[in-house]
Amino acid sequence: MSSDETLVAYASRLGDNALILGQRMIELVAASPELEEELANANFSLDYIGQARMYYTYAGEREGAGRDEDDFAFLRPEHDYKNLLLVEQSNGHFGDSTVRQFLFESWYVLLLEALTRCSDEGISVIAARAIKEVRYHLRHSSQWLVRLGDGTEESHARVQVSLDDLWRFTGEMFAPDDLDDEMRAAFNGPHLEVIETQWRENVAAVLAEATLDMPDDQWMAIGGKQGQHSEHMGFLLAEMQHLQRAYPGATW
Amino acid sequence: MYTQGLDQAGKSGPDTREAETATQLDAFQARIDAEEKIEAKDWMPEAYRRTLIRQISQHAHSEIIGMQPEGNWLTRAPTMKRKAILLAKVQDEAGHGLYLYSAAETLGVSRDEMVGELLSGKAKYSSIFNYPTLTWADIGAIGWLVDGAAIMNQIPLCRCSYGPYSRAMVRVCKEESFHQRQGYELMLTLCRGTEEQKAMAQDALNRFWWPALMMFGPNDAASSHSAQSMAWKIKRFSNDELRQKFIDVTVPQAEFLGLSVPDEALWFNEDTGHYEHSDIDWQEFFDVISGNGPCNRQRLAKRRKAQDDGAWVREAARAYADKKAAAEAAA
Ligand SMILES: [Fe+2]
Ligand SMILES: [Fe+2]
Ligand SMILES: [Fe+2]
Repeated sequence: MSSDETLVAYASRLGDNALILGQRMIELVAASPELEEELANANFSLDYIGQARMYYTYAGEREGAGRDEDDFAFLRPEHDYKNLLLVEQSNGHFGDSTVRQFLFESWYVLLLEALTRCSDEGISVIAARAIKEVRYHLRHSSQWLVRLGDGTEESHARVQVSLDDLWRFTGEMFAPDDLDDEMRAAFNGPHLEVIETQWRENVAAVLAEATLDMPDDQWMAIGGKQGQHSEHMGFLLAEMQHLQRAYPGATW
Repeated sequence: MYTQGLDQAGKSGPDTREAETATQLDAFQARIDAEEKIEAKDWMPEAYRRTLIRQISQHAHSEIIGMQPEGNWLTRAPTMKRKAILLAKVQDEAGHGLYLYSAAETLGVSRDEMVGELLSGKAKYSSIFNYPTLTWADIGAIGWLVDGAAIMNQIPLCRCSYGPYSRAMVRVCKEESFHQRQGYELMLTLCRGTEEQKAMAQDALNRFWWPALMMFGPNDAASSHSAQSMAWKIKRFSNDELRQKFIDVTVPQAEFLGLSVPDEALWFNEDTGHYEHSDIDWQEFFDVISGNGPCNRQRLAKRRKAQDDGAWVREAARAYADKKAAAEAAA
C-alpha cells in the first residue's frame, strides 16, 4: 500500500465506525426513556455523523479520484464498509445500547487520543475535534451504566446480560490487522496493545462502580474490520442507501 | 405554534382559589393593556393560567410528536448533509418541547402530569403531525409549510403577555425560521432536479397544503375562546388573519418553485391584495383532531411504547439517585 492508500483506507474505516454507530443511534429518535435523553441521543448521533463526514471527505481528498462523502456513505457495497461489528449491533433495549456505546466509546476515546499524535495532519486534526465530543459521550454512557448497574435489581440484571452479550465484540477493537500495522509504522498510528491495557483499566473501574461483573474473555467475534459483517448490516445499508440507489445520479 | 384552540377553557378541574374580585381582575387587565409582562409569581386570574397551561402544553406536545414524522426519514436521508440537517432539526424540536414544558411548569403543572395527559389521549397536539411522511419531499414540505405556518403563529407569541412563554418563543422562533429556510431549500433542490424529484415535490405539496392551512385552527366564527385570549394578549391575531398571511406569503413561494397549489379556485384579489381560496374541509380537521387522522394512533402508540419501555430505566435512575442521596446524608 502507498502511504496515500493507507490514509484513505484508515480514514474511511474511521468514517465507517462513526457513520454506522450514528445511524444506529438515529433509529432511537423518538424512542428514548425521557426527554433529556432524547436530546442527548440526537446530539451525540449528530456528532458521529459529523465525524463521519470529516473522515470521508478527507479520504476522498487523499484518494484524489473525485469521491465525496456521499460516495463513501451511500454508494459502496457492504464488504467495503470496515466498521467494527460492535457498532452495527441492533439497539435492543436501553441497557443494550448503553453498553454498546460505553464499550465502543471507552476504546474510541483512547484511539482518538493516540491519533491526535499521529504524523498525518489531516487525521490528527479530525481526531482533536472528535475527541472533545467523544469524551463527553463517554462520560454520559458511563454515568448511565452506573445508574443501571447500581439502580434496581431488575436494571442490574438486565444490563449485566447486555454486557455479557456484547463483550464478544470487543476483541476486534484490539486485534491489529495490516492496516493498523501500516498506520502505526508509517504515521505513528495507535498501538492497540497499549490501548487495550488502558481500556481494561478504565472499563474495570466503571464496571466496579456499576457493581457489574466484567465478563470472561470468551470467544471473540471478528470480521467487521475486513468487511465481513453480521446479518444486521445488510438491512442497515439497504435502508440508508435507499434513495441514492433508487434514483441513481440525482442531486438531493 | 401548534395550538389550535382545541379544548374548551376552564374544564381542568374545580377552582380551589378564592373568588377573584373585580378589583383584582381590573388591575390585571390594566397591566395587560399597558403591555406589562406577567411573570410566574404575579397574581393572575385562574382562567388565564389555565388557558396558558393548555396552550403551552399543547405546543410542547406538538414539538415532541412532531419529531416522529420527520424522524421517519432520518435513517433514509439521501446525503450526509441532509441527514445532519434533519437530525439537527429533530434535536431542536426536542429542545423546543423541553423549554415549553418548563415554561408551562412555571404555572404550577408538572411535566409528568402534562405527559400523562398526552399519553392518555386527553391532551391535544397539532393536527398536522397526524399525517404521514411518505416520501423524502415530505421533509421539505414540512420544513417549508409546517415550520412556516408555525412561525406565522409564533412571531406574535414572542409578544405574548406571559413572560416565560414569550421568552421561550423568541428562542424557538429563531430556530423555526432556520428550519423553514432549510425546508424550502430542500424543495428547491428537488424542483430543479429530475422529473421524478419534481413530481415528488408536487405530490408533497398536494398532501400538505390543506393540513398546513388547518394548523391555524377553526375559522374565527367557530373559534370559541379567541376573544378572551386576544383581550389577555395571549393571542394577537385571529386564526383567519394568520392563515391569510400565510397563504399570501406562501403562494408566491410555490410559484417560484414551479409547483401548483392544489386549490383550483385560488386567485389573487387585486382589490384586497390577498389571495382568495376554497373552503377548508373542516370535517377532516375535526376528524383528525378528535383522533381519526391517518397517524393519530400510530403517533401515540410510539410515544406510549417509549414511555413503557423506559419505565425500568427511569426507575433505576431514581433508585440510584436515592442511594446516592442516602449515602451522602449518612456521610
Ligand atoms: Fe413550534
Ligand atoms: Fe419546533
Ligand atoms: Fe421546527
